[in-house]
Amino acid sequence: MNEYLTLSMILFTIGAVGVLVRRNAIVVFMCVELMLNATNLALVTFSRQHGTLDGQIAAFFVMVVAAAEVVVGLAIIVSIYSTRRTTSVDDASLLKL
Amino acid sequence: MATLLLADRPDIAAPTIEWSLLSPLLVVAGVAMVAVLVETFWPRRTRFTAQAVLAGLGLLAALLDTVRVYVSLDRVDGDVVGRGTPVAEGAVTVDGPGVLTWGLLLVFALLSLALFAERRLDGGLSAFTGRAVDPPGSAGEAEATRLRLEHTETFPLLLFALAGMMLFASANDLVTMFVGLEVMSLPLYLLCGLARRRRLVSQEASLKYFLLGAFSSVFFLYGVALAYGYAGSFRLADIDTAVTSRTGGEHLLLAAIGLISVGMLFKVGAVPFHQWTPDVYQGAPTPVTAFMAAGTKAAAFVAFMRVLFVAFGGASWDWRPLLWVVALLTMVVGSLVAIAQTDVKRMLAYSSVAHAGFLLVGLAGAYVADSERITSVSGLLFYLGVYGVSSIGAFAVVTVVRDAGGETTHLSRWAGLGKESPFLAGSFALFMLSFAGIPLTGGFIGKWSVFSAAWSGGYGALVVAGVLTSAVAAYFYVRVIVLMFFTDPVGDGPTVALPSVLTTVVIAAAAAGTMVLGILPGPVLDLAQHAGTFVR
Repeated sequence: MNEYLTLSMILFTIGAVGVLVRRNAIVVFMCVELMLNATNLALVTFSRQHGTLDGQIAAFFVMVVAAAEVVVGLAIIVSIYSTRRTTSVDDASLLKL
Repeated sequence: MATLLLADRPDIAAPTIEWSLLSPLLVVAGVAMVAVLVETFWPRRTRFTAQAVLAGLGLLAALLDTVRVYVSLDRVDGDVVGRGTPVAEGAVTVDGPGVLTWGLLLVFALLSLALFAERRLDGGLSAFTGRAVDPPGSAGEAEATRLRLEHTETFPLLLFALAGMMLFASANDLVTMFVGLEVMSLPLYLLCGLARRRRLVSQEASLKYFLLGAFSSVFFLYGVALAYGYAGSFRLADIDTAVTSRTGGEHLLLAAIGLISVGMLFKVGAVPFHQWTPDVYQGAPTPVTAFMAAGTKAAAFVAFMRVLFVAFGGASWDWRPLLWVVALLTMVVGSLVAIAQTDVKRMLAYSSVAHAGFLLVGLAGAYVADSERITSVSGLLFYLGVYGVSSIGAFAVVTVVRDAGGETTHLSRWAGLGKESPFLAGSFALFMLSFAGIPLTGGFIGKWSVFSAAWSGGYGALVVAGVLTSAVAAYFYVRVIVLMFFTDPVGDGPTVALPSVLTTVVIAAAAAGTMVLGILPGPVLDLAQHAGTFVR
C-alpha cells in the first residue's frame, strides 16, 4: 500500500512544483489536474486499505468536479488568449499594488 | 456462463432524504436550473427582466422556507445545546448555525441580486459584458453594445454559486463539502471575468482567481484524502471518533488538518493565502465583488468552523496555535497594507483580509463551552452578518460613483463626495465606521462578540493584538471619511450617476441594517446564540 501512497505524494509534489514554476496557463492548469489525479490515487489506496468503498466513490466525485473545472478553466484561458494572444501567466500583470 | 438473476442482486436500501428540511437548498438549486431553461427558451427582449424576477422570487421563497426550517428544528441536548439533525444519510447537517448561515447567504444574495439587475447606471445596460466571446475593444464588442446585448446567464450563475455556498456551509461529510466548495467557486470564477468596463482587468482577475482557487482546492482535497486515510470515513462525526481515540498515525492527522486549513484559509482570504483577494476584488464586476465578499466569506468561515470544531475538535491543541499565528498575521498585514492603497476596491479588499483576521481570532478562541455566554460560533455568525451587509452596501456605493469610463475607483476622485451626494457619502461613512468597529454601528458589536468569545477561550493576548490592529485599521477608514467630507474636490469632483431604485434600496437597507445591528443588536445576537452548536 505504501508504494501507492508514495507515488501519489510524488505526483502531487510534481504537480505543485509545476504550478509554481511553469508560466503557461494551460500547463499550470494541467499541473493542477495532475494533483487532482494524485489525490484520486490516494483516495483509492486508502479505500483499499480500509476495505470500504467510500474512497472509490469519492474518486468519482473528484473526476466529475475535475471535468467541470476543465470546462470553466479552458473558457477563461481561451477568452484571455483571444484578447492577448498569449497564455503566459506573467503577462497577466495589469493588477498590481 | 451464469446469468445475473434478479434475485442475485445485493439488497440496496433506498436512501432516506429529509426533503422538507433540505428544501431551501433544493429551491435555490431548482430555480437555478429553471433559470437555465429560461435562458434557452425565453425571448431575448424580455429575458433580463424575466431572469431577475425569477431569481428574486426564488430567493424570497427560499428565505421564507429557511425561516420555516429554522423554527422546526429539534432541540438536541448534549454537553452544549444544539438544534437540528443530520439529513440525507449524514451527507448534510441541518442545524442551527447551518440554517442561520443559509438565511444570511440568502439575504446577501437578495441584496447582490438587486445590484446584478441594476441597468440604469450604464446607459440601460447591466454591469456585465454584452458578449463575452468578443475580445475587448473589438468590432464585435461595439456591435454587441449597439445591439444592446446582455449576458443574462449571470442570474443562474449567481444562484448556482449560492446553492454551492449553502451546501458548503452545512456539509456533514468531507466529500459533500468539497463538492459544495467547487459548486460555489466555479460560477464565481466565470462571473469575475464578465465585466462590461475594464474587461482586460476583469479577465485577468478571473484567470488569477481560477488558477489560484483550483490550486488551493486541490490542497483541500488532498487533506480530505488524508483524513479519510486516518479515520476510514468522510463523515465528520466518524473522524471525530477516530481523533478522540487517536487510532491512526499522528502524522496523517496533522497533515490532513494542515492541508484542509490551507484550502479554507485561501477561501476566507487569510495571510499568507490572501494575494488573490485585492486583484480579484478590484478586477471583478462590482456587484460580483459584493456578493463574493459577503457570501464566500460567510460560507467558508462556517464550513471551516464546522470542520475544526466537529471533526478535529479532539485535536484542538494541534490547530489552535496555527490559527493564532495566522490570525495575528492576517490582522496586521491586512490593516497595514490597506493604508497604502489608493483604489477604493483594493482598499476594501485589504480591509476584508483584516476582517478575516478578526474572525480568525474568534475561531482560534474556539470557545464552545456554554451557551450562556457568547460562543465562537454565535460570535462569528453575528460578525459575518454585519460584515456582509456593510460590505455589500459599500460596494453598492462604489457602483454609483462614476465617470465617462465607468466606475471611478481611485480614492483621489472621491474627494468632495460629501458635497456632491450627502446620502451616498453618509452611507459610505457609516459602512467605514462599522468596518472600523466604532460604537453604535454593527461592526462594534460584531468585534466585541468575536473578541469576547476568544477571551472566554483563553486567548487574551490575541484579543489585545486584535484591538490594537483595529485601531490601526480605523486610520484608513477615517481617512476616507475625511477625504469625502473635508477635502476639496480635484477638478470638477466626482460624478454620481443616478441609480435606479434597486441600488438605492440596497444602499439604504445596508445602512439601516448596519445601524440597527449597532443600536439594537439584541434580537439578532439572541438569534445567533439561540442557534446553538454544530450538530454532528
